[in-house]
Amino acid sequence: MSVENGIGVSVKRKEDQRFITGNGKYLDDINKFGQTHGHFLRSPYAFAKIKNIDLSAAKTAPGVVDIFTGADMTADGIGGLICGWGINSKDGSPHVAPPHPCLATDTVKHVGDQVAFIVAETLQQAKDAAELIDVDYEELKSVTDVRQAAAAGAPQVHEEAAGNQCYDWEIGDKAAVDAAFTNAHHITKIDLINNRVSPNPMEPRAALGEYDPGTGEYTLHTTSQNPHVARLLLSAFVGVAPENKLRVIAPDVGGGFGTKIFLYAEETTAVWASKRVGRPIKWTADRSESFLTDAHGRDHATHAEMAFDADGHILGFRVSTKANMGAYLSTFASAVPTYLYATLLNGQYKMPCIYAEVQALFTNTTPVDAYRGAGRPEATYVVERIMERAARDMNMDPTELRLKNFIQPDAYPYETPVIMTYDTGDYPLTMTTAKDMIDYTGFAARKAKSAANGKLRGIGSSAYIEACGIAPSAAVGSLGAGVGLWESAEVRFNPTGSVTVFTGSHSHGQGHETTFAQLIADQLGVPFESIEVVHGDTTKVPFGMGTYGSRSLAVGGSAITKAADKIVEKAKKIAAHLMEASADDIEHSHGVFSVAGTDKQLTIGEIAFAAYVPHNYPADLEPGLAENAFYDPLNFTFPAGTHIAEVEIDPDTGVVEVVDWAAADDFGNVINPMIVEGQVHGGVAQGIGQALLEGVVYDDDSGQLLTGSYMDYCMPRADNFPNFRVETTNTPCPSNPLGVKGCGEAGAIAAPAALMNAITDALGKEIDMPATSEKVWRAAQNA
Amino acid sequence: MTSVSMTVNGKSVNADVEPNTLLVQFIRENLRLTGTHVGCDTSQCGACTVHVNGDSVKSCTMLAVQADGSDVTTIEGLASGDDLHPMQTAFRENHGLQCGFCTPGMIMSAVDLVKRNPNPTEETIRKELEGNICRCTGYHNIVKSVKDASEKMGG
Ligand code: FES
Ligand code: FES
Repeated sequence: MSVENGIGVSVKRKEDQRFITGNGKYLDDINKFGQTHGHFLRSPYAFAKIKNIDLSAAKTAPGVVDIFTGADMTADGIGGLICGWGINSKDGSPHVAPPHPCLATDTVKHVGDQVAFIVAETLQQAKDAAELIDVDYEELKSVTDVRQAAAAGAPQVHEEAAGNQCYDWEIGDKAAVDAAFTNAHHITKIDLINNRVSPNPMEPRAALGEYDPGTGEYTLHTTSQNPHVARLLLSAFVGVAPENKLRVIAPDVGGGFGTKIFLYAEETTAVWASKRVGRPIKWTADRSESFLTDAHGRDHATHAEMAFDADGHILGFRVSTKANMGAYLSTFASAVPTYLYATLLNGQYKMPCIYAEVQALFTNTTPVDAYRGAGRPEATYVVERIMERAARDMNMDPTELRLKNFIQPDAYPYETPVIMTYDTGDYPLTMTTAKDMIDYTGFAARKAKSAANGKLRGIGSSAYIEACGIAPSAAVGSLGAGVGLWESAEVRFNPTGSVTVFTGSHSHGQGHETTFAQLIADQLGVPFESIEVVHGDTTKVPFGMGTYGSRSLAVGGSAITKAADKIVEKAKKIAAHLMEASADDIEHSHGVFSVAGTDKQLTIGEIAFAAYVPHNYPADLEPGLAENAFYDPLNFTFPAGTHIAEVEIDPDTGVVEVVDWAAADDFGNVINPMIVEGQVHGGVAQGIGQALLEGVVYDDDSGQLLTGSYMDYCMPRADNFPNFRVETTNTPCPSNPLGVKGCGEAGAIAAPAALMNAITDALGKEIDMPATSEKVWRAAQNA
Repeated sequence: MTSVSMTVNGKSVNADVEPNTLLVQFIRENLRLTGTHVGCDTSQCGACTVHVNGDSVKSCTMLAVQADGSDVTTIEGLASGDDLHPMQTAFRENHGLQCGFCTPGMIMSAVDLVKRNPNPTEETIRKELEGNICRCTGYHNIVKSVKDASEKMGG
């Protein structure tokens, strides 16, 4: 039976009413009585020693409340920021995690590094005072490029990290791969740059810290994807306050894409300093600060080789990657190019053996961490670029080479050589679906037509797989994670039958208030309008690990379902008592409880009322109808699919027009198809952005960030895209009660390889991302 | 300090402001109308778009004193009471927003776009929205929303 506003329905979003009327409450919209304004003085150099900081003129400037430096934080026992995932090198040694102070103490290591925190009555006064701070720097030679950082004689970013190495890690069977290559009929090799990008959620990061001397409690409002994790880090590692004296609130958050997972220096400093000044402090990044300090994504240099037999079957895969960590290790940085990357190098294929090694390096750049897809886009980029190149090398249609090598739908569970166990999927189906959607067979005719107009047309595919719904706590713990990756929920009936759902997931555009309400509407038969979803406040929500890695529905939604199951269990007992039957005879369907074989029934609303007004109630049962659940997933989920891009290039201008896009994705069961489609659109757009337009550029010599504003960093606009064709197939995920897989990152994972393969097809040669018109024009001239 | 007076969402307002106060600061900080957002510092993103005398304007590119005597409409003033503007409804109906941060500016630009192009093609919509950045939606459903609204607005 399908339920109104239940599972599988494209319900319009609850949250939209406040956003379309201008009533959203984003962080900068919140103001507190007596609030001051914070501003950071930042390093103008990529690498420098701080010889002296003279605050005397600034401290007496108009409106200045106080100014803090790294020495003040150290003196107060405040620690630095930490990385929460330990990676061991090949030789067993732990990764190098140099100190990461919130405010620099003796050196600055990237342009934008925090040097001092000025608190003043107005923002303008704080900025004016910053100009009066006299810092005596000794500039040092810097390094920003990851390959240069690995070279002998490169500037040393950290004393602790010899050769700038954070770790040198490996996975897979080197000997088996070497043997496979010896027996190969054909070997394809490729060198790829996965360009550094800036996530750019449209709401800049911000923080509002306050301290209540009466209760000794700090409150931090912050633009976070995971407020409980921020509280844990601030308490256990930074030492601002114990968890019970620290409340973290993430209100409406204007996009995250990974960059708001991490604990940053700014919010940490703002909440700590609020006690020192005895007044609330607000800090809001301007866009330039976002470019300088929001953790960047990607930045890999990779060499890969794939061995094939005479029939085009894969024999082995060898990958060597250098990953840029930036100047410090951000919260989950170490895991991204290892367990979120190399474990997906198997793609959708039967690969007998894989060997990958990843060297992570420090440079004088903004730290790099998870950005939409986090490691999996980088893996897909390598696998799908080399598959397409191999097909061309072997004179095969690239989709045929893939179809020949796909893991077959009856082969699950399928263990890959890089520790993943794929649970379900149908890769041939998503591939053929995408080909039909874009009329793959009609491409030759379209290409001829373009050619007649002097244009170059190309088509390219990307058959991606990701592991999301992270993750089983024991599994990630054994791989070095410092946290558990369960999720929590509470489903609380109010006496009048409405429901409040508390979730540890956090919505910053994903529409959880709608999707999660659909779960309850379906499972407990409560009208959609009577369900409120609460998230983003450590005092309201029991606990939570937050939203990233496409985990909210698979893990957070499963926790809600588990709590709803407990509600049903208890409601059955109450119903049995009220209807004078045995609990075993009570049947439940979408909130209606009936006695089997009779017409006696009660609704969940009636039962909730009885639970809170327990005049006629089972003697051995607690009153109330509210249940908590924690859910720890059994496995990752494995969304997969094929995206096919079609482009037309004007060889005279180098402009690439994305003329068509087909996305066939297997997300398992879908709760709200409208929202899922929207997630695919957004992900694909970010992937196209990376491939075509975006790229963080540092000046080689000075280490200055050259792409520090929207004037220089090319954000995709409406006229850069076609309409997207989006379809889903469904092999339900067997490892969670909802059968769902996760859809938030798929587009960003699939898109760059598909687009670059299409551009390669059109040009007949390979170029690196981003395929700017200048690069494409040059390639077209020399074609 | 300079004194400014204008009509905002049908109400007349006066205040003394610093001469360098931007219109967006005046709207957000003096009037506490926080539906108008700030997404950049180079007048590129369009999150701050409002109407000044009926035309869409990036309120971060205008000083409050330049708007002296004007009639300003922000996202909070677009609906008539509980009746949403067709553009607002279309954004909800077509899932034209995700995080919602770009949305007020996007809607204000779109209303102006349809006023100038009563029956816009998809291409026109994409071109006209060039000054508004959305990071979430890939624009697909924004374009659909604007098209839908233009039809409902009797284009
Ligand atoms: S804030 Fe006005 S254009 Fe970005
Ligand atoms: S909806 Fe998030 S930026 Fe447009």
